[in-house]
Amino acid sequence: MKPFRYERPATVADAVALLTAEPKAAFLVGGTNLVDHLRLGIATPDLLVDVRQLTSDRIEELPDGGVRIGAAVPNSDLAADRLIRRRYPVLSAAVLSGASGQLRNFATTGGNLLQRTRCPYFQDLTTPCNKRERGSGCSARDGYQRDHAIFGASEQCVATHPSDMAVAMAALDAVVRVRGPGGERTIPLTDLHRLPGDEPERDTVLGHGELITAVELPPLPVAANSRYRKVRDRASYAFALVSAAVALDVADGGIRDVRIALGGVAHKPWRARRAEAALRGGPVSEERFRAAAEAELAGARPLPGNAFKVPLARNVIVRMLLDLAEEQR
Amino acid sequence: MDVEIMLRVDGSEYRLIVDTRTTLLDALRERLDITSVKKGCDHGQCGACTVLLDGRRALSCLALAVAHRGAEIVTAGGLGNGELHPMQRAFISHDAFQCGYCTPGQIVSAVGMLQEAAAGWPSVVSKDLAADGVVLDDEEIRERMSGNLCRCAAYANIVPAIAEVAR
Repeated sequence: MKPFRYERPATVADAVALLTAEPKAAFLVGGTNLVDHLRLGIATPDLLVDVRQLTSDRIEELPDGGVRIGAAVPNSDLAADRLIRRRYPVLSAAVLSGASGQLRNFATTGGNLLQRTRCPYFQDLTTPCNKRERGSGCSARDGYQRDHAIFGASEQCVATHPSDMAVAMAALDAVVRVRGPGGERTIPLTDLHRLPGDEPERDTVLGHGELITAVELPPLPVAANSRYRKVRDRASYAFALVSAAVALDVADGGIRDVRIALGGVAHKPWRARRAEAALRGGPVSEERFRAAAEAELAGARPLPGNAFKVPLARNVIVRMLLDLAEEQR
Repeated sequence: MDVEIMLRVDGSEYRLIVDTRTTLLDALRERLDITSVKKGCDHGQCGACTVLLDGRRALSCLALAVAHRGAEIVTAGGLGNGELHPMQRAFISHDAFQCGYCTPGQIVSAVGMLQEAAAGWPSVVSKDLAADGVVLDDEEIRERMSGNLCRCAAYANIVPAIAEVAR
């Protein structure tokens, strides 16, 4: 591990200023992803700015009926929160689908969002990887492709964002609150992470020194009828091959509202807006569910080693919509 | 960069100077000779290094010691206050290990897991996420313990050992 300085400033403003002043610096919260990358030599900061005790670790109701989740809320607390379990069950289920009990106890809301988009080659320093080392090449293009993207990849990078939590937040129209050297701003969660394009080393749109302080969920009636399903190679403690966060509100046999986001398929949580548009307003039927899933997946560009994800994602979406519709009959 | 820190481990207080790169795991094993905590993968994938950190089960290989100055740490060696903890007795009576290397992590993790269940935390296999109580059947125990790997695959005895303490 390369030597680094460690600072624990007293305020968010101090933390932002400290980080902004040092070109090779990183915020530290739970450390569950960063410390591993320090040890692997993937992350080589000169300075770590510990913000674990700076941002809020509380979940509060907002006047409009929404919820604000402090960036330092541990994943365990988020998943167990009674308000979240009741109003946004998909979020609780998604968080519980990820990592292990030990990791969820120290991984935080902000840190979970900012874990690296990655693939096995990113973590293997003996192989080329454009995300780790610009212009070195992409080992997955002719290699192991099972975990990789079917949407929005580039010649440079086909890695996927591994967060389950972020997939649920993408479906729920979450908004990310950020403090940076230029002040505060908000970013829709679906715009926080980037597609790789020609800059695969950049996972998010955040600038240097910008710190996530909270995630806000809007009041969303459809969220009460929501689920998360994760398909993976072992029953627990593994990244998704395909996952889906789905919310469905059925009234008088018609679809009043629907949200669908997919995980394990892109460099970012993938909001399935084409599928949603195909469903909204019309009647409930398996045929329509299938057509909507296929409308979304028409945009997929799988690799030989992950073409199975296309029918898998379709089947997961259809099965979840059927289950949610059945519950509301 | 060296930093002076204090840690409370298994009831004793220690003051030491560590490099900022030192993990809690290495501080415990290499500096304080507390070897009941084990180094398995050193990447947060196996659970052998599990400790209770400020009351919650955590992976000491992914925690920087400097970031946990003043923390209260409990390892498998400190669970029972000089006697065997009920979870340790259950592991012995169920023969819930073969080589034993993952065992301290399994035991600490199981103790932390039972506290989480007692607090009403659901798991991904819980039938009703909104339910207040948790019934720890074998499926629940397996899911909640999935962060602890046993390369000898002693799971067939680990699950009944934990179930005995849980029920």
